[in-house]
Amino acid sequence: MGPWGAVRALGLALIAGAWFFAGCSQAERADLVLHNGPEPETIDPQILTGQADGRIASALFEGLTRFNPTNGKAMPGLASHWDISADGLTYTFYLRPDARWSTGEPMEADEVVWSWRRAVTPATAADYASQFFCVRNGRPIVNGEIRDTSRLGAEALDAHTVRVHLENPTPYFLELAASRVFFPIPRRAVEHLGDQWIRAEPLPCSGPYRLLGWRVNDRFRLARNPHYWDAAQVTAERIDILSGDNPSTALNLFLKGEVDLISDRKIIPGELGPELAQRPDFHRFDYLGQDFIRFNTTRKPFHDARVRRAVAMSLDRPRITARITRMGERPSAAVTPAGAGGYQPPPGVPWDPVSARRLLAEAGYPEGRGFPVVEYTFNVGSRIYEQTGVEIQAMLREHLGIRVELRPLEWKTYLAEMSALNYDFIRGSWVGDYDDPMTFLDCFLSDSGNNRTGWKEVRYDRLLQAAAAEVNPQRRLGILREAETLLVTEAVPVTGLYSHVGLYAADPRKIGGIWPNRMDEHPFFSMRRIRP
Amino acid sequence: MNTAPSSPERQALLRFRRNRWAVAGLIFLLLATVLSVFVPWMLAIDPNQGSDSPFTAPDGRHWMGTDIHGRDLFSRVMIGTRISLMVGAVGAGVSLIIGVGWGLVAGWRGGRTDAWMMRSVDVLYALPTVVWVMLTLTLFETRCVGWLSERWPSSIPAFRLAAMMVSLGSVSWLTMARVVRAQVLSLRERPFILAAQSIGVPPVRLMLRHLLPNLVGVILVYLTLTVPAVVLYESFLSFLGLGIRPPQASLGSLIADGASQLNPVRVRWWLLVFPAGLMALLLAALNGVGEGLRSALEPREGDGD
Amino acid sequence: MKSWQARLALIPVLVWVVATLSFFLLRAVPGGPFDRERASASREVEAALKARYHWDEPLWRQYARYLGNVIRGDLGPSLKYRNHSVNDLLGQTVPVSLTLGAMAFGVAMGLGLPLGTLAALRKGGWADHAASLLTLVGVCVPVFVLGPLLILILGLGLGWLPVALWGSWKTAILPTLTLGIYFAARVARWMREGMLEVLKSPHVQAARAKGLSETAVILRHVVPVALVPVISYTGPMLADLLSGSFVVENLFQIPGTGAFFINSFFSRDYTMMMGMVLFYSVLLQVLNWMSDLLLRWVDPRIRS
Repeated sequence: MGPWGAVRALGLALIAGAWFFAGCSQAERADLVLHNGPEPETIDPQILTGQADGRIASALFEGLTRFNPTNGKAMPGLASHWDISADGLTYTFYLRPDARWSTGEPMEADEVVWSWRRAVTPATAADYASQFFCVRNGRPIVNGEIRDTSRLGAEALDAHTVRVHLENPTPYFLELAASRVFFPIPRRAVEHLGDQWIRAEPLPCSGPYRLLGWRVNDRFRLARNPHYWDAAQVTAERIDILSGDNPSTALNLFLKGEVDLISDRKIIPGELGPELAQRPDFHRFDYLGQDFIRFNTTRKPFHDARVRRAVAMSLDRPRITARITRMGERPSAAVTPAGAGGYQPPPGVPWDPVSARRLLAEAGYPEGRGFPVVEYTFNVGSRIYEQTGVEIQAMLREHLGIRVELRPLEWKTYLAEMSALNYDFIRGSWVGDYDDPMTFLDCFLSDSGNNRTGWKEVRYDRLLQAAAAEVNPQRRLGILREAETLLVTEAVPVTGLYSHVGLYAADPRKIGGIWPNRMDEHPFFSMRRIRP
Repeated sequence: MNTAPSSPERQALLRFRRNRWAVAGLIFLLLATVLSVFVPWMLAIDPNQGSDSPFTAPDGRHWMGTDIHGRDLFSRVMIGTRISLMVGAVGAGVSLIIGVGWGLVAGWRGGRTDAWMMRSVDVLYALPTVVWVMLTLTLFETRCVGWLSERWPSSIPAFRLAAMMVSLGSVSWLTMARVVRAQVLSLRERPFILAAQSIGVPPVRLMLRHLLPNLVGVILVYLTLTVPAVVLYESFLSFLGLGIRPPQASLGSLIADGASQLNPVRVRWWLLVFPAGLMALLLAALNGVGEGLRSALEPREGDGD
Repeated sequence: MKSWQARLALIPVLVWVVATLSFFLLRAVPGGPFDRERASASREVEAALKARYHWDEPLWRQYARYLGNVIRGDLGPSLKYRNHSVNDLLGQTVPVSLTLGAMAFGVAMGLGLPLGTLAALRKGGWADHAASLLTLVGVCVPVFVLGPLLILILGLGLGWLPVALWGSWKTAILPTLTLGIYFAARVARWMREGMLEVLKSPHVQAARAKGLSETAVILRHVVPVALVPVISYTGPMLADLLSGSFVVENLFQIPGTGAFFINSFFSRDYTMMMGMVLFYSVLLQVLNWMSDLLLRWVDPRIRS
């Protein structure tokens, strides 16, 4: 075996490789190729939690309502119309008579109700079952207090009518009905395959597309679903949805024309965001999300609200958005983004280093003397978090004279430490589940698992309860604003940094039927390729 | 011929001196070490001091430009070189201590002890090192840091660095152990060892005084192979987000950050070229020195000028 | 029982030790597969999820259950990808990674061996300088710099090759090259070392003295012995190929096992992680054993 033998070996290896590939059928390029971000954990609409997961599910399934692609508001889906009672507690949905699964069976109201009952059953392990708390008995069933799921406030009046009874007037219920956990699922497939019904072949789908193939970490192959009630509007025959988690690669594919749409900002290189946003094929929009900082109120030094306020007042938020994130985010000390459901958040703590120093002195640390070294914890997902940390370090040293160490953690450790309240102050964010401030504010209820600050305040809980029961929308928003003021100006267990800005990539000359909206919903039924 | 034969050490040194690449490499390494220690101290530029001029290209004030925080890249590269060299040296040092110790004991004892020790090496070979490193670093971060931060909070970054170096060293010793063991096995039968044994020299003394000096050549060679490997490994860890923590920087972490500049949209070349160039030179120098050492200690036909 | 047979029989034992170590060490790290940014809907739901994966059982029982399943060939469900089992995922991705690895290995050998040989034979000549240059690039440039560089130049700049994805021979070129160059450099260096070492030995002088042609001397006496360090290097090289393949597969969006390798640690997907560790340790052991065998066949002087 000499050097020429090696060359022969090389040749053989390459030929073997080529033969292997020849075996792979070189399929034609699909009508639309999307890059969806990382491989979804699951596409089962009842148990999924990730955004990438939800996108695939929304291509294959639909709810009673669906999202309007221009503004993210609810519009008729599998239900053609509905009635709402005067007190806002009873909704009657009228299912389309031609609603059917892609395998041909018709869909009826009892299947819808059955699906919902399955979603709230604790054994299904649906993390988003909490979306059903607004439905009568939803909360006790999910908590396991009521075992009989038929007591859920939803019933099939006849083959095509679903009546829902709510606990409270919920102005965003129609949007909830469009969310994934509310999608009806094919009963027959579940009875056959149980938890893994999503692997059924063929998979019965109710949405604009059906599933042809699924290759992990590669792509989903979708084909147009002719049984979809609105199939006439769907023009793309084949869609490929790619999975990958390297943003540079996604960008390269897009620039080379092999990918038509990048739907997730996570898969666009963060450092190039500002430059890319200038291009006509990249679209920036205000997104329903907020970045903030949590303080650990259970231990020194942040158990003292004065210290928390002092730190919050010394954070130069515009500097962070101008230098680090640079996407035109709106700096904000509140936890809800402006405009969510027509709501204007309170301003939160003001930018006031002088008062901050005074507060710090009052708390016993004049000019930062005696202040313990604290750690700012963040996850290593994006360089932006690290860079923000460096800026915060500098700001607090300059304005308050306190020393901050940076503590980067990988994702799961970060989550574990945050839940265990094993941190001083920590980076956090929240993306809204529906277009209303409540989704942000109820994270900080005393008993909410999403609180993670150790802060418990009965006044806050009572305010949110009152808001939930309030019928008048304006008064309701007023109560919410009062609650948020308590949260971000007075007690400050959490202080906002900035509101999220989303970014997606699609060449408007090639792709139509997509519009930027706050919910970042780009329904598949309206997406189309523009033929020249 | 009546020239007095010079000692093997002297001959090795002469051969080394004649190898141009090796000498150049050595000079570069010494220069890099000295500069990286003294220059930032002399110029008194704080590598962690941000400024209001982010992303500036190299100019008179910032010889290598600035990064996103406006920090001077030149001083960061100098600090990075210092830390990279330290990580490489200590990491290789750890692997040296463990590997030589392991190999010595295994080779000397032989029999059952040897078999068990080498089987353990096999087990560790089979465990993917990345997993091991990630595990140990995460365990350190979560279990030890809390305990340490109560006693010496301001030394946490130093402890983290130490943990990283120990962790890297603990995955690099396997080959060294194997090589040392093989060498000890062959040395064990040599007359001078047998003689020492027969006059009752205790084993530990034997190992340290008689075996070790004869292993120096092999050890040195593998050391110069291990240091670049450790430095590159640290770079890979930084790429994954597990490496040197901010605001400290190593050449590896600077390169991992700079790799994002290889994009078709906006290239801030200085953020990659300087750290990567310096690292390439360092690794090349290390390799040159390693080559030089090997050919000095085990001369071959055609070596030398 | 011959020693090489003994080595082979030892593999399952070693794999079991590795598996057990990994099983318990992984669980010592905080954070679990079901931790999310958003808290679960209720304690009941969380409990149901954990019960489904036997998370509520004592550790030793989980371990016994896992071991029992593995012996039956069932590596368990993935804790992160809830609709796939570990067997599913490995089945889909292993062929891809093996292909990429084999091709990169082929490039490494096919480029490295001839270059190393020529460099040794024509020391100081063009081949020697080319080999040195290759060595410099391969040894000093990390894979995650080399890859994007090649993509930028060959994929985007000149547009000759696809920038990512996997599925045709064209898409395979850049990833194979990226990974291959990295190793070709090292192979070339080891080969050159080995050749130079052997060329001075009395063995070779004797062969020459016998009157054999230079080519015959080289091919039959020099190269086989020179290959020894190269073959002993293949062990560590293959282990290195794993971490390199993670970067390359991530960069080119290739659906191989590399992605799971590191990400399953970050997501605490224990079953996937264990599956990967088992798979790789078996693979490494078998390949090491094969290279040992090869070593023995090539150089009869080695017997230990």
